[in-house]
Amino acid sequence: MRSLFKFHGGIHPASNKAQSNHKPITQAALPSRLVIPLHQHVGNSAKPIVEAGQRVLKGQIIGAPEGHVSSAVHAPTSGVIAAIDMQQVAHPSGIPDLCITLIPDGDDEWIARESCDDWQAVAHTDLRHRLRDAGVVGLGGAAFPSDMKLYSHKHQIKTLVLNGAECEPYITCDDLLMRERAAEILQGAEIMRALLYAEEVLIGIEDNKPEAIAAMRSAILDGKHQNMEAVAVPTIYPGGGAKQLIRVLTGIEVAAGMRSTNLGVQCFNVGTAYSTWRAIRHGEALISRIVTVTGNVGQPQNFEALLGTPVNELVAQAGPLPDTRGYIMGGPMMGIRLPSAEVGVIKATNCLIAMSDSLFPPALPALPCIRCTRCVDVCPAELQPQELFWFAQSKNLLKAQEYHLFDCIECGACSYVCPSNIPLVEYYRFAKSEIWAQETSKKAADAARERHEYRELRIEREKQEKADKLAAKEKAALEAKALKSAAPLPPAVEGANVSLYDAPVDADPENTMQLKIQAAIDHAKQQAAVSKPENTEHLTPQQQAEIATIEARRARIRELALSSADEHTKE
Amino acid sequence: MPGFFSPFITKPDSVSQIMLKVLLALIPGIALYVWYFGPAILVSITLASLTALATEALMLRLRNRPIAPFLKDNSALLTGWLIALSIPPLAPWWLVVIGTAFAISVSKHLYGGLGNNPFNPAMIGYAVLIISFPVQMTQWLSPHGLGAIQLGFIDQLNYIFLGVFPEGIKLDALTMATPLDTLKTQLHLDGQISEILEMPIYGRLAGHGSEMVAAGFLFGGLYLLASRIISWHIPVVYLGTLFAVAGLFHLLDPAHYVEPLFHWFSGAAMIGAFFILTDPITSPTTHKGKLIFAAGAGLITYLIRAFGGFPDGMAFATLLMNICVPLIDAYTQPKVFGKKEQKP
Repeated sequence: MRSLFKFHGGIHPASNKAQSNHKPITQAALPSRLVIPLHQHVGNSAKPIVEAGQRVLKGQIIGAPEGHVSSAVHAPTSGVIAAIDMQQVAHPSGIPDLCITLIPDGDDEWIARESCDDWQAVAHTDLRHRLRDAGVVGLGGAAFPSDMKLYSHKHQIKTLVLNGAECEPYITCDDLLMRERAAEILQGAEIMRALLYAEEVLIGIEDNKPEAIAAMRSAILDGKHQNMEAVAVPTIYPGGGAKQLIRVLTGIEVAAGMRSTNLGVQCFNVGTAYSTWRAIRHGEALISRIVTVTGNVGQPQNFEALLGTPVNELVAQAGPLPDTRGYIMGGPMMGIRLPSAEVGVIKATNCLIAMSDSLFPPALPALPCIRCTRCVDVCPAELQPQELFWFAQSKNLLKAQEYHLFDCIECGACSYVCPSNIPLVEYYRFAKSEIWAQETSKKAADAARERHEYRELRIEREKQEKADKLAAKEKAALEAKALKSAAPLPPAVEGANVSLYDAPVDADPENTMQLKIQAAIDHAKQQAAVSKPENTEHLTPQQQAEIATIEARRARIRELALSSADEHTKE
Repeated sequence: MPGFFSPFITKPDSVSQIMLKVLLALIPGIALYVWYFGPAILVSITLASLTALATEALMLRLRNRPIAPFLKDNSALLTGWLIALSIPPLAPWWLVVIGTAFAISVSKHLYGGLGNNPFNPAMIGYAVLIISFPVQMTQWLSPHGLGAIQLGFIDQLNYIFLGVFPEGIKLDALTMATPLDTLKTQLHLDGQISEILEMPIYGRLAGHGSEMVAAGFLFGGLYLLASRIISWHIPVVYLGTLFAVAGLFHLLDPAHYVEPLFHWFSGAAMIGAFFILTDPITSPTTHKGKLIFAAGAGLITYLIRAFGGFPDGMAFATLLMNICVPLIDAYTQPKVFGKKEQKP
């Protein structure tokens, strides 16, 4: 029996998984249209390489990866491109993004696929290229391009962690995937292990999924996988967070701002391993995924849905109940509320929860914090949420950072337990976005100031140069006069002459200016060294995407803060 | 309409439920109070509750805050009950009214209301009363069977509200000094501990009757611990420090320093350990901070009891340690995930 580690805090919300995990995965019906966003992963948007009216085949690249961190987007079925335009996407802001609309022709005709019987013979670089071109990204929700995470030196990574914990309530897509397609997940894990030169593979599955654990264990035995273990981990939210799962399985704590690979661990969702296998072995691009459709629906279950399937068309197959008011994408703890039911399923859509007032009652009005520290007791990052709340509320952003605001993973455990019903995570998101905004504008201001200072310096230098030239001219004229008046050069004057031209550098006005410039640069460098590293520096693309997400929410959150302030001042 | 941002679910728990459980936990102590000292305390509690709610409503109105949600949070009721329990039950009605009104209006709402008061409101109320009305604050009822005369409930009400006694009865005949007060006075008169404790006012561990009331509060406090309303840190360390310091002095000079268990079951030690010091708003939030806070309060309680001018030191110990809370919190911040020394 493997000895496991614990992480601090955590909560036990009602799991609500039983509704959707008793039915096998159903192939979703072909929708009437597919709305495929070009930006469904962390990093740069894919660039559309098709035109409206063009017929495309299933698996054909319609959006090419652009830049270092990006991923390809494919046609999920054969059909005709109807439009390439701005449409609403699965983002709470409701801000439209570039999407390709595809009208399926019903033939479901595949493009020629390059299958690969012996992936071990393929160069690692080539494998990574294939994954990038197949559009494989993290399917646990982060949607980070997998090829980027599958690069490692030899002996750097000891453990590959496969995340099958699925700690969020309601979601069962990984559970069903593990039950039904365990062997292929493990094959994908082998490819990942090879690319990372990892020694062992640990698959963390919460112990409320005994069928999945059994299926994975027997697949390990059947496939004769060495150094691979399916580990039952305690059911506790957020035990499926990458940092928490790594902690539980290996005892390693990955601090905020640190990469787990520097500590010898890399972590992938089980669904990503499955897609990796399909992409490498069968040449199938990532064009569908398992989506749990649950909540206020008649037949909660898991569908294998084509990417781009409009949410309402998918949910219709599970029988949404009439009092449904909106949908959550993801789980109830960290998911987002969709701006519309017309948006397409994306690579990060692991779950769709139909909301009703009875399942998700409206939040009660917030009372003041009574410092009961229930939030401290449950915080997996071991923060002091009540202090962070205090600082965020009073916009004391420096203090908030001092109290490790940026270590917050926004799991929502604090908000969940708060007896005062304070939307704590919202306050942290607000404070983070304020800090990012400040740092961005500060950077712009710094750049402007530097430009200005340099300009001043240049004007000053030019003035000085002019004056020097003038003085030199006058001097030369004077000397010429003196030369004329006294033909034999007296030695004293010669000495003076020498001192004029061979003067020490700092006496030279031009050099003085250069020294000044150098000093200014040094000073600026020193200041830069003294000032703390900023939170907007060295951001991973994932964090940049988060910033963008949060930026979009800021307006709404401000409103929230204002209205709560109003509540206190008005009645 | 469901919420807009995650998390979309919350645990069904509320401030008013927490406060209600604390009120419930006070009931065993109150029941024993009635058993040993008569029903007058229920009159004080009722008066304090009404005053607390009325003052809370008035202050919320003056501050332009919603009244209903805050009245329902039960925090004002709790403050009222704690004040009623800390002053003599047979006192003129205005004593409890002034104490409660001051606690709610000045020490709670002038500092920003629920969650923002740096000092425990009940203890501020008590401190104001004991400084302003020292005579009335020493008129403690004697337990059943000890006083020269027992007053009927109607007669008690007559005194509380009208200030009149039945013909021929004087207040002195009904009340007596508290066990802690008696101990202090007798020690000043060069009494020996062993002799003093022979007096009829003392029971098995401490004051007759009052020791049982303290036991009732201990029982209620254990319920709070069991239901995780409070954590062990403050009560255990407070009582532990009080025991240790009292024990040390008792060992050195048993004739003049009473044994530690006497301190536990006298005065406000028990109710303080479980119900007053543990007030989350006015105590530290970090575990380490709670330990420092409770140890400081235990030490100050003992010093005031043994060497100070007041018989009990619980209230002032609480207030003095309340001042230190922001400092204690600032210097006891624990290390966060991944930034400790790696253990595995």
